Amino acid sequence: MEGKVDAAYRRRVDNILRDASQVDRYVGELARPVELPPDICVKISGLTKEFNMGDRSIAAIAGLDLEVKDGEFLCIVGPSGCGKTTLIRTIAGLERQTSGTIWVKQPANGRPLTAMVFQTDSIFPWMTVEDNVGYGLRMQGVKKAQRDAKVQSLLRVTGLEKFGKSYPHQLSGGMRQRVNVARAFAADPEILLMDEPFGLLDEQNRMILQRELMEIWRGSRKTTLFITHSVDEAILLGDRILVMTAHPGRVKEIIDIDIPRPRDLIALRGDPKFISLYKQVWELLSEEVLRSRAQEVPRS
Amino acid sequence: MSGSNRGNKDTVSLEHRKGSETEQLLRSENLRRIDAKCGSGREAIVIEPPPGRGEAAWGRRFFTRTVAFLSPSLLLVIWEVLARWGVIDARLFSSPSRILGTFLPLLRSGELLSHIAISLQRIVLGFLAGAVPGVIPGLSMGLFAPLRAWLMPLVSSTFPIPKLAIMPLILIVFGLGEASKVFTIGIGVFYLVLINSMTGVLSIEPIYLDVAKAFGASKKDFYLTVAIPGSLPMIFAGLKLGMGTALLLIVAAEMSAAQAGVGWMVWRAYDMFDIERMFSALLTLAILGYLLATLLEVIERKVIPWKEK
Repeated sequence: MEGKVDAAYRRRVDNILRDASQVDRYVGELARPVELPPDICVKISGLTKEFNMGDRSIAAIAGLDLEVKDGEFLCIVGPSGCGKTTLIRTIAGLERQTSGTIWVKQPANGRPLTAMVFQTDSIFPWMTVEDNVGYGLRMQGVKKAQRDAKVQSLLRVTGLEKFGKSYPHQLSGGMRQRVNVARAFAADPEILLMDEPFGLLDEQNRMILQRELMEIWRGSRKTTLFITHSVDEAILLGDRILVMTAHPGRVKEIIDIDIPRPRDLIALRGDPKFISLYKQVWELLSEEVLRSRAQEVPRS
Repeated sequence: MSGSNRGNKDTVSLEHRKGSETEQLLRSENLRRIDAKCGSGREAIVIEPPPGRGEAAWGRRFFTRTVAFLSPSLLLVIWEVLARWGVIDARLFSSPSRILGTFLPLLRSGELLSHIAISLQRIVLGFLAGAVPGVIPGLSMGLFAPLRAWLMPLVSSTFPIPKLAIMPLILIVFGLGEASKVFTIGIGVFYLVLINSMTGVLSIEPIYLDVAKAFGASKKDFYLTVAIPGSLPMIFAGLKLGMGTALLLIVAAEMSAAQAGVGWMVWRAYDMFDIERMFSALLTLAILGYLLATLLEVIERKVIPWKEK
């Protein structure tokens, strides 16, 4: 068991050491001249990702095709284990696909391709809130003086300006997740990837953070892929909702959310449009959840 | 059959628990049963804060501190009394008053201080000689699997050899001078720091590696912003263990081929059967150990300000 963990850990360190720069790698993959349509930010074709489990391999994603529009907020829902996380980790370069191709719009003037908000507590305990928020910029080689202005403005937006010099262990769980979101926005990536960023928060904090996220996002209109298990959240935040099939993951359906912004969850709950969308998404989703339950087998 | 048995058991344990809880409630001061006061004739249980809560906390703290001081003092008093009454042989085990009577003049004359200076120099040099080369290969072994594959068998096979057992070898290689003492301490510290630094890197949460990669960290960035700070707490744990070992080894190292030092004092006094002097040296070692451990903790607080208390 320990050896296994060790090996997995080794692979991850090796990956980091090998791909010194994420952008370089993508330039390599983009070497084939492909013209993306002007309104498309990410194009995924035939994406398959298999994981080796001992002597057999298990497909997390099998032949997924997707086009993400430039500047859209795409919410991803699907039964657990359907490969949602694998999908965005592959776009982030944290996993490598087994086959299939991802084309991504070339970021302008040295901006990073992606930044990710992780579900679990992932801000560095050894850095102050400021240094955590400025981490992406620092990795891009932005000098401290230039980082500061951006970091301070994001701390203001997320209501953390008084905590810039604090260490994470001095913050509550909700505040730490705000730092997590601020860190991704500060990096100013072409694509923002969010893996159930509010999944572990209590409801009050989640609602406040959803509102804050919407405010920051409306200011930048960044292409965003947002995984959630909450249909409410998906309708509240998304321009479109991607419903994934049960394992192995594919696109089941994409639903447009034609509710004008700014949206308010309390008002939405009484809106007949919301209720019919909720029903539509939930029916698609529950089919897949049931299918995924039928696949369950006792572990050997 | 078994079902009914279990049922019985449950009932019994439930009743038992209920009984004891009620007992506790009745016994606790903050709950009082009032009958008449309610007017309506229904009984009410009043829940009030216990009287003088702040005082109680203060009292507990005071008690803990007093006891922390009292328990060793009491032991010294018992030792003194037993020695005076002749229950224990004062020629062999001395007594606190006699030891202090030797310790203070030794301290005042400066003799003890010169021994401390010599031992301290050996400890510090040996500690540095072990810790500095221990951290870097330790971190590297944590980061690079091939290096770990090459070196780990060597480390695992040589680490268990008691450092005292290789002292003769060290004397052959380094001679009778200072180098052999510094090396003895250094080798003891080296292994502990090496193994802890390696474990430190290996125990960094994998999520932080993902973060570094997701934000495009270069190799150098990865070392400086994740690997080193992430393993610092474990490195410090290794340094603290190393300091304990350094004190252990100084006594052994000064046992052979030394003319000065606190460890040497212990053995010299034992040879001369000067028991008070021997105890004075032991007392010095205890104080020295405490001060060095405190120093490391102060440094740790400065270097790792994010560590939760």
